[in-house]
Amino acid sequence: MADLSIDFCGIRSPNPFWLASAPPTNTGGQVQRAFDAGWGGAVWKTLGNPIVNVSSRFGGIDYGTAKLMGLNNIELITDRPLDVNLKEIYETKKKYPKHTLVVSLMVETKEEWREIIRKSEDAGADALELNFGCPHGMCERGMGSAVGNEPKVLEEITRWVMEYAKVPVIVKLTPNIGDIAEPAEAALRGGAPALSLINTVKSLMGVDLDRMVPLPRVGGASTNGGYCGPAVKPIALHLMGQLTRHPQVGKMAISGIGGISTWRDAAEFIALGATSVQVCTAVMHHGYRIVEDMIDGLSNFLDSKGMRSVAELRGRATGAYKEWGELDLDYTVKAVIDADSCIGCQLCYVACMDGAHQCIHIPGRTQEQSLAAGHTHVPDAIPMLRVQAPDGFPNRFVPFVDEKECIGCNLCALVCPVAGCITMKEVPGPLGRPETWNDRVANGTDLVPGGLDATAAARPPR
Amino acid sequence: MSESRLPPGRLEQKIRDHKPLYTEAEAFAEANRCLYCVDAPCISACPTGIDIPTFIRKISTGNVKGSAKTILDANILGYSCARVCPVEVLCAGACVYHAWDRPPIQIGRLQRFSTETALKEDADALYKQKPATGKRIACIGAGPASLAAAGWLALEGHKVVIYERKSFAGGLNTAGIAPYKMLADDSVNEIDWIRSLGAIEIVTGAEIGPSGSVTPARLVSEYDAVFLGLGLGDDTRMNVHGEDGPGVFGATALIERIKLDPTLSLDGVRRALVVGGGNTAIDAAHELALLGVRDVAMVYRRTSDVMSGYAHEMEYAKRHGVQIIENRVPTYVVRGDGGKLVALRAALAKDGKPVPGTEIELACDLVAIAIGQSKAGKIALEFQGVRVDGDGRVVVDAATGRTGHPKVWAGGDCVNGGKEVVNAVQEAKIAVRSIREALRG
Repeated sequence: MADLSIDFCGIRSPNPFWLASAPPTNTGGQVQRAFDAGWGGAVWKTLGNPIVNVSSRFGGIDYGTAKLMGLNNIELITDRPLDVNLKEIYETKKKYPKHTLVVSLMVETKEEWREIIRKSEDAGADALELNFGCPHGMCERGMGSAVGNEPKVLEEITRWVMEYAKVPVIVKLTPNIGDIAEPAEAALRGGAPALSLINTVKSLMGVDLDRMVPLPRVGGASTNGGYCGPAVKPIALHLMGQLTRHPQVGKMAISGIGGISTWRDAAEFIALGATSVQVCTAVMHHGYRIVEDMIDGLSNFLDSKGMRSVAELRGRATGAYKEWGELDLDYTVKAVIDADSCIGCQLCYVACMDGAHQCIHIPGRTQEQSLAAGHTHVPDAIPMLRVQAPDGFPNRFVPFVDEKECIGCNLCALVCPVAGCITMKEVPGPLGRPETWNDRVANGTDLVPGGLDATAAARPPR
Repeated sequence: MSESRLPPGRLEQKIRDHKPLYTEAEAFAEANRCLYCVDAPCISACPTGIDIPTFIRKISTGNVKGSAKTILDANILGYSCARVCPVEVLCAGACVYHAWDRPPIQIGRLQRFSTETALKEDADALYKQKPATGKRIACIGAGPASLAAAGWLALEGHKVVIYERKSFAGGLNTAGIAPYKMLADDSVNEIDWIRSLGAIEIVTGAEIGPSGSVTPARLVSEYDAVFLGLGLGDDTRMNVHGEDGPGVFGATALIERIKLDPTLSLDGVRRALVVGGGNTAIDAAHELALLGVRDVAMVYRRTSDVMSGYAHEMEYAKRHGVQIIENRVPTYVVRGDGGKLVALRAALAKDGKPVPGTEIELACDLVAIAIGQSKAGKIALEFQGVRVDGDGRVVVDAATGRTGHPKVWAGGDCVNGGKEVVNAVQEAKIAVRSIREALRG
């Protein structure tokens, strides 16, 4: 069995699965139950001067019957007195010495930072996470993402913290920014050894069309909140990937956050360079119990890949995140539909017709019918393969991919409801050797015919 | 839809709905299972060609009124069809989920959700009739075919008068549907909605015939068009000794009384026999079982694998206790004191015919005969130029529904020999298109 334990800035954690600073880490009782369930660490709900909250606080977005594709909240930092939180942190750490307990902090002045850092360390915090990411409420008061948005301010506060802190410091970044490298570099300059990202994305969850008020609704109004959950995972992977491949920032320890719900999501973040991962929405949806499968699944995955530890997985995919200009233009794939598992829904057909390159054909049509349907090229022969089905089922035929016209876009495979029915097959490319756009630019062969006269005229002669 | 005006205490009211109206949450969940197939096979499998994936998608987006409109545009009796269609062998039977070995979409229940919700909340807003044309059309028979034709013709601005022999409208939709699928009240409510669509008058108790209250000659001369939605006639008789008398019913007559007659009682009926192997036989047997008759058996002259009734209906009836006695043909009704029904004598059947000397007596308190219904072609023949085929079915041009008389169209059971409500609606739709063209001149 693979070793799931990690070393995050010198802190040993039994596994890379941490709870993010959020409602699931609001109290000692919660965090202790989470540790009992198997979570390797937890980042305590952000401490600061207590605030007041509104009702309601959360908004969800579903896709069909799949609930909580995304979640947003307009809840602020902890609303409980500081001494109550500190006492529970102390008790929790004492009871669970081997688990990682990070305390998230958000205050304003240098003196406040000094006091809260001392109190948190006295309570037993293994590390401190600076909440420079919260994009709602607190940012209006000059904290949270207001700091994350201003690299200079971020750097300065990080310096204050580094001056006082004895335990490792993690700077939590907001995604609500043009270039994620700027705050990350500022944190590095400020002396922080670690980053976590992403915090939530600024969002309005919808509009109540009967009351004409955005969601989540607080009486007759709403406000922008922080968006999280499975829908933000691709955004988080991108922003984190930007940093893990960064020559300097990439050397910092990074805790990946954003839509992680399963061991597979976690493995993807780790493969892109995360040392630990943090989870919130999936726990708010399904409870702490999901960590059992996360541990079991990641362990089985590592075993199946012959990796002995999480560390062996870390960063495996980082190098393959490249610029567009570095991609091989000669790489070619074609869609292949498995006739045995096709159910005849023809969703691949309509997606290709209207959303792609009109290269999937319905068998049994005449040339005229195919042209009338919108095909511009009709292959000579289309095999009449019947959909495998019980007796009595009407005749349906397996759609046919015209390989000559297929540009390998993946869309048909993405819309097919039957997992594995449509696959993308690698075929030899037209050049027979790899060539990138950057190669073409370097060779001066990057002018694609059919463009503007002015563009062609402006090019230096070869 | 409004409250029913039918009398209380009817036996059918004791039978519970086997597929109750979906809640909004249930409909949403089921609608979201639909894959929204392209050129979906369910559409081809629907005789009226309802755009099923579209109406289901509209449920999933919360556009229930639009969903109902998508259904009703293709099938104006989309509500009752949702309740009574054998979806297992039509739309749902063609669902691509079968190819995946997963349960098909519950299309009937979704269709009921849309239409029932819309008829409750938006009944008046679904359609707006066109200005009156001054044209008048007579529909003969008030069953599904005529009601569908009347609804669509009324929306065109035509005046429609429906003449019905019986005392109620709706034909088998009111008097023949298994109560666990739909009660008579729901048919009556749907008819009220159809009537609300325009100038539709329903004349019940009308005797059509050369000597009746309404003569074919008068209809043809007074109306711009005539639509024959005659349905089928009375239950076929067995023609055996003792058939006439208490305890022996024609199956459709019995079902009509279960649905509409509060005076019918099954008290004391412990053993019932239903003769036949079609869907009416299954329905009658199933209803008797559901109404508490302890022993219900169908007596069929062949083996159950060749029964004309739907296999899924037979399985369902069996689950409620209905048994089948195969390869037997009734030869004699045994009566005791005062003509009281005692037993049915039945012979072994070879190729559907009785073998002499093989009779046994099957004790019973009730017999329902479900071996077919007579054809109503006789009335049709009163219209000059209208022909019926060797099976008594009215002959029409399939593309137009027009008979040999240029002003007379026909559709429904009297043309197809006895099919589903949905077939009657489609035939009415075809006839309405042709009538519309003809009246435009």
